[in-house]
Amino acid sequence: MPETKLVPNNKPRPISFWINAILLLLLAVAPPILFITGQPFWLDVFTRLVILALAATALNLVLGYGGLVSFGHAAYLGLGAYAVGIPTYHALYGGMDAIASFNGFLHLGLAVSVSALFALLTGAISLRTRGVNFIMITMAFGQMIFYAIVALENYGGDDGLTIDVRSEFPLISLDNPLTLYGLCYLSLLVALFIVYKITRSRFGLTLQGARSNEERMRSLGVNCYRYQLVAFVISGAICGYAGFLLGNFSTFISPEMMDWTRSGELMFMVILGGAAFLCGPIFGAAAFILLEEVLRDVTIHWHLPFGLLLILSVLFFRGGLSGALDRLRSKGDKP
Amino acid sequence: MEASLLLIQLLNGLQLGILLFLLSAGLTLTFGIMDFVNLAHGSLYMLGAFICASLTQLTGSFALAALLAVPLTALCGLLIEMVVIRQLYSRNHLDHVLATFGLILCLDTIAEIVWSPAGIAIALPDILNGQLEVLPGVVVPVFRLLIIAVGLLAAAGLYVLVNHTKLGMLIRAGASNRTMVGALGVDIKTLFSGVFAMGAALAGLAGLLVAPIAEASIGMGNEIIITAFVVIIIGGIGSMKGAFIAALLIGLIDTLGRSYLDDVFKLIMSNEAAETAAPAISAMLIYLMMAVILAIRPQGLFPASSR
Repeated sequence: MPETKLVPNNKPRPISFWINAILLLLLAVAPPILFITGQPFWLDVFTRLVILALAATALNLVLGYGGLVSFGHAAYLGLGAYAVGIPTYHALYGGMDAIASFNGFLHLGLAVSVSALFALLTGAISLRTRGVNFIMITMAFGQMIFYAIVALENYGGDDGLTIDVRSEFPLISLDNPLTLYGLCYLSLLVALFIVYKITRSRFGLTLQGARSNEERMRSLGVNCYRYQLVAFVISGAICGYAGFLLGNFSTFISPEMMDWTRSGELMFMVILGGAAFLCGPIFGAAAFILLEEVLRDVTIHWHLPFGLLLILSVLFFRGGLSGALDRLRSKGDKP
Repeated sequence: MEASLLLIQLLNGLQLGILLFLLSAGLTLTFGIMDFVNLAHGSLYMLGAFICASLTQLTGSFALAALLAVPLTALCGLLIEMVVIRQLYSRNHLDHVLATFGLILCLDTIAEIVWSPAGIAIALPDILNGQLEVLPGVVVPVFRLLIIAVGLLAAAGLYVLVNHTKLGMLIRAGASNRTMVGALGVDIKTLFSGVFAMGAALAGLAGLLVAPIAEASIGMGNEIIITAFVVIIIGGIGSMKGAFIAALLIGLIDTLGRSYLDDVFKLIMSNEAAETAAPAISAMLIYLMMAVILAIRPQGLFPASSR
């Protein structure tokens, strides 16, 4: 069967396609220019933006396409970051010879595999429930990792851990901010490609079918649980990878980065950008981070207008930025 | 000393359990009746603590402040319900979660502006500040006993209210079929507002009871609210009985785990290993318990029959 027949709603999307392309192009070009013209601060902002966009893209796979409202995704960011921090700590100060190393491939492997394993274990339990139970259980499991890290006094506990040496790779050095940004940006593109491929595959269509009408999928003989669990593990692994990047970027990690409010922020990025739109999370992360920077400049109490905007966006701005784009498009299409 | 220490820890666990129940009762009411998920419930808990702290400084009497703080927190809850929450009942759970998440940011910042980022301690009157020898060799702070007593009283009051009054009848009816209650001529809007304010009052009560021990601080609700969620997940979401039993269970297990887990671990592993592992495991204990219970009963221990 030709691939195209599997794809629902395969109408061309001229406006949103071009806006997505411009956004990605902007992210490729603007930060290096800003950096070279002497604005390293903005390169930092963009690096954080791209890493969080990557994490939000991972979350979008389960939240947007799978309809599974996971409120614990910050835990994977944290696991990924500590997969850099803990081996580096031991390589510097001894102990735990099995993982003590600066080797980036080891860090990366640990980040992805530990996150995938955690997603598998918690997903296996959480996915037995639905709706509000699922929201709260994923939240509680995320918080479990938070408290576990807080209790690990060896690695700084509450105070956090400084990563003195970034992950080492052959040929490239992550100490160069431009190289790091390039890696993050390429990772985002790859993740987008993976999610794109998944959503157009039979697997992805089953996942979306389960979101729309799980009972019907089940009566068609599909074991939704298995599909959702696999999606959950993939999402967790990508998010753990984002954590690996975040650890290398910020070089200071603490349990605070996996607090449940961080998971809430990730969810907001997905929803703000428009769930189940491929580039939605990037829009969401961009809106979120840039708004944060702007408001932070205006007042130290920036959480107040920020929170108000979030409430207003839920009340009056359904479908997020991508949704607004789509409405624009459908208006334009009307004869 | 072992037996008396154990008794004191049991009382501490009971106290934590009671506080968790006061919080999860409000969550259970709003979820059971309005089908509404309120993340900002912890912020009401914080407001209760701050209002009581301010009033104590203002009036010089903790008792008077506590009496005033409960209705004031309920009023805050009512206001929040009328301005924001009410618009959300017809939306899905995801929207509830997102909007109340925004609400947390707002309320925490407002508290930071009105009070201070540093937090306020509450000075207790001498009668409450003392110690009491409940059994020979077992000395307990009076205030902790008061928390347990007040909490149990509130639980009993809630039980009577829900099971033996006309309002309670409406609440139960609303929980099992909202549309039908509305169709029978009950003003659903007022009922919902009232229930929300009641949940806020209970959260405020929990907050002001904690404040003298742990002081009122920004974001104090955001930590305990997750534990309250674990309580209602284990108890079965929407079930008051489940919330009560699970709250006591969690309170006891968390407290006892933190004090005795290293001793248990020392029986099966080296002292050094036990001392590193015990804090991490005891911090995760209630979540692990939640995982086990959910693996066996995905709907919790006492699933609400209507859903």
